Amino acid sequence: MLSGLTSSGVLNPQGPVAQSERLILIDSTAIMLAVVVPVILATLAVAWWFRAGNAKATYRPDWAYSGRLEVIVWAIPALVVLFLGGVGWVSSHDLDPAKPLAEGKPLEVQVVSLDWKWLFIYPDQGIAAVNRLVVPAGRPVHFQLTSATVMNSFFVPELGSQIYTMAGMRTQLNLQADRPGTYRGISAQFSGDGFSDMRFDVEAVAEADFGKWVDEAKAQGPVLDYAALTQNSKAVQPAVYRGVEPGLFEKILDIKTGGAEGQQSAPNATVSPRGGGS
Amino acid sequence: MTDMTYEGEAVPSRGDYPGPPSKRIIVSYGFWIFLLSDFIMFSAFFATYAVLAGETAGGPSGKQLFDLTTVAAETAALLASSFACGMAALAVMTAQAWKTYAASATTFLFGVVFLGLEIGEFARMVGEGAGPDRSAFLSAFFSLVGLHGLHVTAGLLWLIVMVGQIATRGYIPTTIRRFLCFALFWHALDIIWVALFTVVYLIGSGL
Amino acid sequence: MLGKLDWSAIPFDEPIPLIVSGVLVLVILAVLGWVTVKGYWPYLWRDWITSVDHKRIGVMYCALALLMLIRGFSDAIMMRSQQSIATDGAMGYLPPEHYDQIFSAHGTIMIFFVAMTFMVGLMNFVVPLQLGIRDVAFPTLNSVSLWLTASGVLLTNMSLVVGEFARTGWLAYPPLSELKFSPGVGVDYYLWSLQISGVGTLLAGVNMVTTILKMRAPGMNLMRMPVFCWTALASSLLIVAAFPVLTATLAMLLLDRYLGFHFFTNEAGGNPMMYINLIWVWGHPEVYILVLPAFGVYSEVIATFSGKALFGYRSMVTATMAICILSFLVWLHHFFTMGAGADVNAVFGVATMIIAVPTGVKVFNWLFTLYGGRVRFTVPVLWAIAFMVTFVIGGMTGVLLAVPPADFQLHNSVFLIAHFHNMVIPGVLFGAFAGYTYWFPKAFGFSLDERLGKIAFWCWFVGFYVTFMPLYALGLMGMTRRLQHTDNAQWDPWLHVSGIGAVLIMIGIGFQVAQLVVSIRNRARLRDATGDPWAGRTLEWSTLSPPPFYNYAVMPNVEGLDAFWREKRQGLDPRRQPPEYEAIEIPRNSPTGFVTAFFAVVTGFALIWHIWWMVILGLVGAFATFMVFAWRKRDEDELPADEIARMEREHAGSVAA
Repeated sequence: MLSGLTSSGVLNPQGPVAQSERLILIDSTAIMLAVVVPVILATLAVAWWFRAGNAKATYRPDWAYSGRLEVIVWAIPALVVLFLGGVGWVSSHDLDPAKPLAEGKPLEVQVVSLDWKWLFIYPDQGIAAVNRLVVPAGRPVHFQLTSATVMNSFFVPELGSQIYTMAGMRTQLNLQADRPGTYRGISAQFSGDGFSDMRFDVEAVAEADFGKWVDEAKAQGPVLDYAALTQNSKAVQPAVYRGVEPGLFEKILDIKTGGAEGQQSAPNATVSPRGGGS
Repeated sequence: MTDMTYEGEAVPSRGDYPGPPSKRIIVSYGFWIFLLSDFIMFSAFFATYAVLAGETAGGPSGKQLFDLTTVAAETAALLASSFACGMAALAVMTAQAWKTYAASATTFLFGVVFLGLEIGEFARMVGEGAGPDRSAFLSAFFSLVGLHGLHVTAGLLWLIVMVGQIATRGYIPTTIRRFLCFALFWHALDIIWVALFTVVYLIGSGL
Repeated sequence: MLGKLDWSAIPFDEPIPLIVSGVLVLVILAVLGWVTVKGYWPYLWRDWITSVDHKRIGVMYCALALLMLIRGFSDAIMMRSQQSIATDGAMGYLPPEHYDQIFSAHGTIMIFFVAMTFMVGLMNFVVPLQLGIRDVAFPTLNSVSLWLTASGVLLTNMSLVVGEFARTGWLAYPPLSELKFSPGVGVDYYLWSLQISGVGTLLAGVNMVTTILKMRAPGMNLMRMPVFCWTALASSLLIVAAFPVLTATLAMLLLDRYLGFHFFTNEAGGNPMMYINLIWVWGHPEVYILVLPAFGVYSEVIATFSGKALFGYRSMVTATMAICILSFLVWLHHFFTMGAGADVNAVFGVATMIIAVPTGVKVFNWLFTLYGGRVRFTVPVLWAIAFMVTFVIGGMTGVLLAVPPADFQLHNSVFLIAHFHNMVIPGVLFGAFAGYTYWFPKAFGFSLDERLGKIAFWCWFVGFYVTFMPLYALGLMGMTRRLQHTDNAQWDPWLHVSGIGAVLIMIGIGFQVAQLVVSIRNRARLRDATGDPWAGRTLEWSTLSPPPFYNYAVMPNVEGLDAFWREKRQGLDPRRQPPEYEAIEIPRNSPTGFVTAFFAVVTGFALIWHIWWMVILGLVGAFATFMVFAWRKRDEDELPADEIARMEREHAGSVAA
């Protein structure tokens, strides 16, 4: 039972993002346990020692204030929070989903959540897939995400951070799979009756194999019929498409009718409305 | 609950809390707290308006739609109504019948003028295809301004009831307390209107 | 003629809802029938339904909460059992359309109709007694608040029988909750229930703030006020500040759904992110609204049963008001993953951690209250200690989740579920149970059975850990929330253990029901003759159990903190007779609350089903009720001084006996 805990999910990082996040989780927990465990033990010990039946305990009915203790009592949580706040600040910037992982060109993937499946578009390769994401191991992947319907959340626990997908909004995510393998992907934001089956597998393959997969995909199978895909369907079988309409992602982004008038996005926001650039 | 024998809170020499004050103070205080909560409800609509102000979805914008003359007239009507309301409150507190009815009628009249102008404005916009279902901006506009208008309507209804209470029950403490609450409410709507026409109409028209 | 309502609204084709609805309707009819046959209606109408007495209203709130606890828990055990069974591709016994309603109802009911209701009930019963006064500032309004809350409860539960409930989760995020993706009446049931009960809650907040800030016994400066009243004040201030935002936000969603507005739609410029911001601007203060009174209960309970004053009163007050203010500054931590950018996320993450400081201070001060005390391990103390050791774990996971990149991995997972249950259950619910047990003798004149209470406690305590600790593990293993079925064999053993925990809790609830029944049966033996069964410190223990309807014949003069304890130590008989009584004005009972609520239900139901003529009828009815109230001849009755003297003599006699 316990082996599952470290052999899958968040505690089994398979990429740099997940790795950093696991470190934060473990370190933060350890620091806080250093305060929490003594508090729990002290509570039980104090309550037990000062039980009414214990004649050995000193009864101090008027002891209700101590300036020194007050200082300590405010200081301990404050110090822990100060430290963890620093961790939070620094890590929010280091692990900002929009922040590129490394120099060089990442693989571009565009993600669209539908009811109730995931569409992955490879704009540079001109192919697409549903409920199946093949990526080269060891190379950063840059995701641009949106939704064709309601909110979802793109999440591959073993690779790292999730990010919401929202209609008319473009969110961004940078992830990398360090080694070849298959990793579970899900939606982490409830989206309706077919939500439980919004699963997809991420297959990380060696760089050379990735190229081969792309070539194979282009050589066979149907072209993506997006209109058909927008019909409600659940537990959709993975499929690969040898062709996809160019600019489909931008078209989906423009789901909110009405021209270029849109709000400006915050300077380093991970979200930008469809009006802005990439 | 005992009605204390003094009005307001005296300050005894020890500086101790003297006990509950009069009902009038308690009621006014409670009503103020309620008004503050109402301001917060409005501020949620203000915030939403601020966020959605630019979302015209290819439809008309504030600049194209707002007629500042009407807005000025509405403001004048509301201010006049508020002034009359102040007169009415004074009359009620001093139990002067003629003044009460005259000032209340004036309050009511100017309030109706305000509503009439506003409903006319709304009708015109809807007629031009700029109704609240046209765009998020218009949804936010109609709901924010409309919420204020709804409060004004409720206030006018309340005024009718208050005049009815005075006519049938006279200037008893309960009626006076209630009328003062109404006055507070009416003036509060004025405050909101000031914020409204600044944020929505003046800024929205690009001034 | 009947809008959207027709026979298809009754779930004839779904066995589980149909049977449950049938049973519910039969039980309700049976209870109503029994009341009629026994002739209890005049008593119920006079002494409870039309009562404006804060003590009666407080009891009714708590009774409503306990009833809804059973309803909300039945949703919970359905969820746990479904997740236990529907593993490895199995579909379980609840199809998604039904399961989605269950988890939505579970959250809605537990937050709005159990937790809120319980805390408001305790505040209602206790605060005027602790302040040494006779009632809240606006007693009739208090009754309106209670019955509007009951209206919300009724509407939500009606969705079981007629129609459906929301399938969107308890916060109904758009665009899923918009008409396009939720065309049925479910979201409308949700929205109108909460709007109606939300008005009730807001008014209760206004009432309580006014009472605490303006009406206290002579001599009771704010710094001589019991800590429970401070937490009630902070919670009520939060209600006044936060609930209007909820009203506004739900109104916007209603406008979208009913009149085609575009606040949060996908088209015409709507912005669902705005809803999420607004709803959490309300939502985060809401959890503090819930937990602060519970903290107050713990302060009272720990001090009383340690035989010591609460340690660090000033600190506790400061911490309470700090939490009150800070709770408005952290809302974004509920959606770090929406992509606001590093700076924004970081600021809110730090703010969230800062709020842990005053909470931590409180835990330490409770610890130091126990230190040097003579701790009696009564049932309330058991709940309090269980709270202290369990809540800090939840607090730890909370600070963890406040680190944005950690949240990126755990947001919306069952780790999050475990975290907030780890806060609400030991925080709010155990506090409710502690308060219920602690003040029960004051309310009814007899105590609850200790032994059954202790058994119930252990079932809950162990059951809580067995249910929720596996969810932390499952969240780390990548399981997200709200799944109707799962397909990962590694998760199965954890899900099964969690299911067993839910059964343990169910047994605990069973024992609590038994405790109430047994205590009522044995009430003669369990009688509280003195009014002070726990050697209390605050003024409510100076009254009889139950107190006379006017609470205090003469308002006490307060000279310091823990006023009753001081009196006892000075050797003063708290019920010594003063030389002269004065006439008291007693607020009259009124059907206004109940009748207004009736029309609220009619209006709400009509709005849900688009029966427009009934909407108008309901609104007119509510207005008419208001008019009747406005023209009532007398607001108060006078209780003459010699009546009071006679009653006080009787009471003194019964205590001496």
